[in-house]
Amino acid sequence: MSSDLALRVHGLGKRYEIGARPRRYGTLRERIAAAAVRPWRRLTGREPVAGPPTSIWALEEVSFDVRRGEVLGIIGGNGAGKSTLLKILSRITEPTVGEATIFGRVGSLLEVGTGFHPDLTGRENIYLNGAILGMRKAEIDRKFDEIVAFAEVDAFVDTAVRHYSSGMYVRLAFAVAAQLEPEILILDEVLAVGDVHFQKKCLGKMNDVARGGRTVLFVSHNMAAIQRLCTRALLLDRGRVVADGATSDVTGRYLSGGARPAFVAAARTGEPQIVCVMLKDAAGRPLGRPVITAPMVIEIGYVLPQAAPGTCVGIGILTADGAPVFSSDSRDAGVVASGAADEYLARVTVPADTLLAGDFQLAVCLWNERDVLDLQEPALTFSMDPGASPLYQQLARRTGVVQVRCAWKIETTTGVGV
Amino acid sequence: MTGRLDVATAVTVIRPGRSLHVSPRELWDFRELLYFLVWRDAKVRYKQTVLGALWSVLQPLLTMAVFAVFFGRLARVPSDGQPYPLFAFTALVPWTYFATAFSAGAQSLVGSQQLISKVYFPRLIIPLASVATPIIDFAIAGGLLALMLLWYGITPWAGIFLVPAFALLAVAIALAATLWFSALNVEYRDVRYVLPFALQFWMFATPVAYPASLVPEVWRPLYGLNPMATVVEGFRWGLLGTPAPGAMAAVSLVVVTMALVGGVAYFRRMEGTFADVI
Repeated sequence: MSSDLALRVHGLGKRYEIGARPRRYGTLRERIAAAAVRPWRRLTGREPVAGPPTSIWALEEVSFDVRRGEVLGIIGGNGAGKSTLLKILSRITEPTVGEATIFGRVGSLLEVGTGFHPDLTGRENIYLNGAILGMRKAEIDRKFDEIVAFAEVDAFVDTAVRHYSSGMYVRLAFAVAAQLEPEILILDEVLAVGDVHFQKKCLGKMNDVARGGRTVLFVSHNMAAIQRLCTRALLLDRGRVVADGATSDVTGRYLSGGARPAFVAAARTGEPQIVCVMLKDAAGRPLGRPVITAPMVIEIGYVLPQAAPGTCVGIGILTADGAPVFSSDSRDAGVVASGAADEYLARVTVPADTLLAGDFQLAVCLWNERDVLDLQEPALTFSMDPGASPLYQQLARRTGVVQVRCAWKIETTTGVGV
Repeated sequence: MTGRLDVATAVTVIRPGRSLHVSPRELWDFRELLYFLVWRDAKVRYKQTVLGALWSVLQPLLTMAVFAVFFGRLARVPSDGQPYPLFAFTALVPWTYFATAFSAGAQSLVGSQQLISKVYFPRLIIPLASVATPIIDFAIAGGLLALMLLWYGITPWAGIFLVPAFALLAVAIALAATLWFSALNVEYRDVRYVLPFALQFWMFATPVAYPASLVPEVWRPLYGLNPMATVVEGFRWGLLGTPAPGAMAAVSLVVVTMALVGGVAYFRRMEGTFADVI
């Protein structure tokens, strides 16, 4: 019955002890001192004052099943419990309650290059790291050449890795890890290594793994990678599963759930400062969800407590995972703002039909020739709605982030020359 | 295709207080990791040193020289009728092993923090590896000891066949002490400061610089409570033909067995929280 199940998680929870004075990591002296005053407390009737809560649930009531061959993305903000979940499933730490059953051999990769020793050579580290990841020596022997070739370190295989560049180091580490062939693979953010060229290679390898019918659990902040690789996603928030389903739905929910529709500075610093950023429509009404067919106005309020001639304002639009789309600043339009000490409101209009539907971040910057005076990155996040755009009539999705109005012409060629 | 895949189809259940407990079979499965950790430590140890593996004999040799001058010559400590340098070195070989293994072992878990928080493997591998690595030095120093026996013209007798048993006892003591102290060290970092003192006291409580025969005969079985005393006296008995440890050995065996069983139990009880606390 469970033959197509790879993993079953039921009611899993993990509590960490924290508190004002951590109970853990104590010294023997503290233990002994505590034991010594305890009878005293009882005599004088003084009980220790209850402090703030001394434990938190990093994971609570987490239940889900993973079928064989499924590639499950696990997403959520910092502290959502993603790493704790992976650590429990990798058997690095124990759960406090609940149960997980794993059907098959697990290989987990929570970090690239665990156990690498700087004084050992590349060759030696391949064997050491392989053994740490659970590979047999015979297995490593067989794959040795492939690892070296993939890592592109042929000439340096017998050099101590502390002489490696950081790029070579992570390439070698990933190359070893990429040889792991368990039935269930657990991965944490390991794609964030190396240069662009190598990242592509890593993603390609990941694709192979995912397509190879293996079960993969993948934690990442890189939504593009999650969307590309995963067939299903799980959204965690403060230790609980809040969404579980198709990747695009869950990532969408995550990105919009974290949306900050406006920016207001918490306090005045007395320095040149961006005080508020807001999205409005052409009529000046606050905009919750901009539509791609209408212009969008970004209002930026800033203050110059002292005269600051030459101050410029700029915006940058980035995709949800942080890739820049375009930037613009007041000088582009030839606008020279007065630098007198005062409060200002800048209005930037992003024309209609610029961005495609999707999730974006807005960064705002205030600077002069010498310094960045204030930078809010991201000041806010927003989702572009396709609305009634004809672009989205024929096709459910369009790839990319911007639309470009290209000129098209198609003619018949048979009639030419007749 | 590999033997591992049969294990793979097995079902792993993770639940509180159980998932990290290791079967001997799993420990066996990870034997290659043990090998590689020992191999790593042995390799790294003498990289970038001028004298290299010579260090493994230099330490007991120099200690012997100091002992020979101060205890042998000046204080005229008895040596059961043996030449004092040989008498001291015979004890220093197992003692140096024990001291090295124990001090490395007690730090081993804390030193492997990175591995423990990022990779799963039976945690017992770490103390095992740190006790196993200095066996290499132990063997080298043992070779030197053999040369010294030849030099002094000592003819071996049947007792020599029991020396490996005493060496094994030294390894067992080092392992037991390491299990306790490495796990304690994870939670109480005091261990790091206690350790040098503990080792110093322990050495003076062990008949390294003096013979156990200085202890009155009635008390000697009690002396076996320090099992290293038995190891040292056993080495001398087997190689030099000094008085046998006798009842001391019996007491030591009981102590070591208890410490080892208790150490494994304590280690296993604690290992579930290593990754959280370390």
